[in-house]
Amino acid sequence: MRALVTAVYLFLYAPIALVVLFSFNAGRSAVQFTGFSADWYGKALSNVLLMDALKNSLLIAATSAILAVVFGTMAAMGLERLGARMRALFDGLLAAAIVVPGVVIGIATLVALVQLFDVLNPLLAGLWPGQEAPKLQLGYGSIIAAHGLFTMALVTMIVKARIASLGRDIVEASSDLYASPLTTFREIVLPQILPAVLAGFLLAFTFSFDDFIIAFFVAGSKTTLPIYIFASIRRGVTPEINAVATMVLGASLLMILIARFLMREKTTR
Amino acid sequence: MALTSSNDIEFRSVTKKYGALTAVSDINLSISKGAFLALLGPSGCGKTTCLRMIGGFEQPSEGTIHIAGREMNGVAAYHRPVNMVFQHYALFPHFNVEQNVAYGLRQMRPRLSRAEISRRVGEALAMVRLDGFAGRRIHEMSGGQQQRVALARAIVNRPSVLLLDEPLAALDKKLRTAMQIELQTLQRELGITFVLVTHDQEEALSMADTVCVMSAGRIRQLGAPQEIYDRPADLFVADFVGKTNRIEAVAEAGGTVLRLADGSAMSSSAHSTGGGAGVPNGKVTIAIRPEKMRMSRAAAPGPAFKGRVTHRIFLGSVTEYAVAVPGLGDFLVTEDRNGLATDNMVSPGEEVFLGFPPEAAHVFPVQQP
Repeated sequence: MRALVTAVYLFLYAPIALVVLFSFNAGRSAVQFTGFSADWYGKALSNVLLMDALKNSLLIAATSAILAVVFGTMAAMGLERLGARMRALFDGLLAAAIVVPGVVIGIATLVALVQLFDVLNPLLAGLWPGQEAPKLQLGYGSIIAAHGLFTMALVTMIVKARIASLGRDIVEASSDLYASPLTTFREIVLPQILPAVLAGFLLAFTFSFDDFIIAFFVAGSKTTLPIYIFASIRRGVTPEINAVATMVLGASLLMILIARFLMREKTTR
Repeated sequence: MALTSSNDIEFRSVTKKYGALTAVSDINLSISKGAFLALLGPSGCGKTTCLRMIGGFEQPSEGTIHIAGREMNGVAAYHRPVNMVFQHYALFPHFNVEQNVAYGLRQMRPRLSRAEISRRVGEALAMVRLDGFAGRRIHEMSGGQQQRVALARAIVNRPSVLLLDEPLAALDKKLRTAMQIELQTLQRELGITFVLVTHDQEEALSMADTVCVMSAGRIRQLGAPQEIYDRPADLFVADFVGKTNRIEAVAEAGGTVLRLADGSAMSSSAHSTGGGAGVPNGKVTIAIRPEKMRMSRAAAPGPAFKGRVTHRIFLGSVTEYAVAVPGLGDFLVTEDRNGLATDNMVSPGEEVFLGFPPEAAHVFPVQQP
C-alpha cells in the first residue's frame, strides 16, 4: 500500500521535478543532464516572441480576473437573496460550469462567438458612419470573455461561502444605523469578504494564466504563453521551454498558496 | 399635532404574511412617547415580526405603521428614527468599540464634526459604564460587555424609539438582573420610548410599564404588569404569565355555581371571572396563582381539597409544594417564610388541606373548538 502511494506520487511529480531539473541543464538536450547552468533562464527572458506571449498572458489574466471578481462577487451577493429552490438551481449551474471540460467550453465559446460575429459584423458595417467599419474578431477580447466567464463561477463559489458565514444581522445593524446599502457594502460587507475576494482573484488569475485549451480555441491570431509553449514544443523540447515552465510553475504555486492562506485565515477565526 | 404627539408608534390594522403563514394578524397598538413596552409571548407569536416591522426590516402586508406621526410603509430601515439592539448584538467584528459606537453618527447628514462624534461616543460609553474600553476589539470583550457596546451603539444616535430584541437572553442570570435595572434607569434618564421583545415573563413584568401579551400573531392582553398578572384576560395569559393552577369545572345556574370534577360545588363571584361578567353555563377552567393557595394541616372554612404533598422545593425566600389532590390533579402551592415556620415545614407524604379565597379564582369559559 505504501509502495503504491509512493508510486502514485512519483508518477505525478517526477515529470515536474524533471522539468525543473532540466531547466538548469547546461547543454541543449532535454534527456541528458550535462552540467548545471542558469543560462536558459536568461535566454528565455531575452526571447522577444516569448516575452510578447508572456505580456499577452499577463494582460488577459489580469483583465479576466478583475472582471471575474467584480461580477462573481456581485453574483454571490445576489444569490444570497434568492429563495431556497432558485439558489439550489444556481448552485448546481455554478458547479456544472466548473466541472465542464475545457475542450467543451472552448468549442462552445468559439462557436457562439463566431455566430455572434456573423450577425453583428454586417450590422456594424451598415451602421458605421465612416468608410471602414471595425470588424469584430477573435483576439484579446474573446479570450478575456471566455476566461472571465469560466473563472467567475470560481469566484462566485468562494465568495458565496464567505458571505454565508457572515450572517444577515450585521448587514441589518448597519442599515439600522442609517447606512445606505452602498455604504453598508463598502464599510461592513466588503472588509469582511475581502480575503475571499482576493483569493478568488488569485485563483482566477492563475487559471487564466495557465489555461491552454480554452485560449487555444478562441485566441484567433493572438499568442498566449501556454500557446507559445505548445507551439515551440513541436520544434523539440529545449531547456529554454523547461525554464519557462519552471517560472510559470513557481508563480502559479505562489499565487495558489497565497489564495489558500487568505481563505484559511478567515474560516478558522 | 395633538393627535400625533402623544403616540410614538402606532400599528393600524397591521397584518404580516409569509406566503400562506400569517405571522401577525390585524394588530392595533399605540405606544405613547417615553413608554417602556414589552412584547411578551412564546416563540412564533409574532412579537419579533412586530419589532422588525418597526425597525423597517419587514414591511406589513396590510395596514400601516406610524412612527412619530409619520407613516412608515415603504420607508427603508436606514431612513427611520429608530435604533435596535440585536439579539446577538450584531457588532461589526472588524471595528473596535469606538468605531462601532461611532458608526451611526458617521452616517448622519449633515455631517457631524469629528469632535462632536468623539464627544458623543464618550458620553454613550460612559452611560453604559464602558469608559476606557474605546480602543478594545470586539472579540476581546465578554458577552456582557458586548451587549453594552450594542446598547451604546444604539442610544448614541438619540433615536426616538429604541428596539430591544431579546437583549438579555444570552447573559447569565446575575448579569441579566443587573442589566434589567440598568436598562430601566437608562430609559428613565433618556426619555426614549423602549420596545422590548422577550419570551421571559419575569423580564417583561419587571422592566416594562406596559406589557403586551401576544400569541399566534394576535394581542391577547395589553396592560400594566400588575394588571396582567392579577387580572389575566384569558387562560392563555394566566398560563403564560406566572404560574397557574388549573381546575376543570362545569358552570351551572347561570354561572353562579361551579361543579368540580370530584363532584363538589363552589359558588362563583362575578368579579373573579375573566371578562368581568359571569360565565355562561358549560365547561370552564378555574385558574388560581400558587401563592394565593392556602395550605394547612387542618381543614379550614371555605372551599378546601384534601391532598397529599408529593414534592417540596425550597427556593430560599419561598418554598414550593406539589400537592396531589385525588380527582382534581396536581396543585402547586407557594408558601413564603411567614406561612409555615421553617422548622414546621410540611414534608412530602403528609396530608394537607388546600383552600383559596374566592376572589383569587379566575374563571374562564373553555373555548369549544
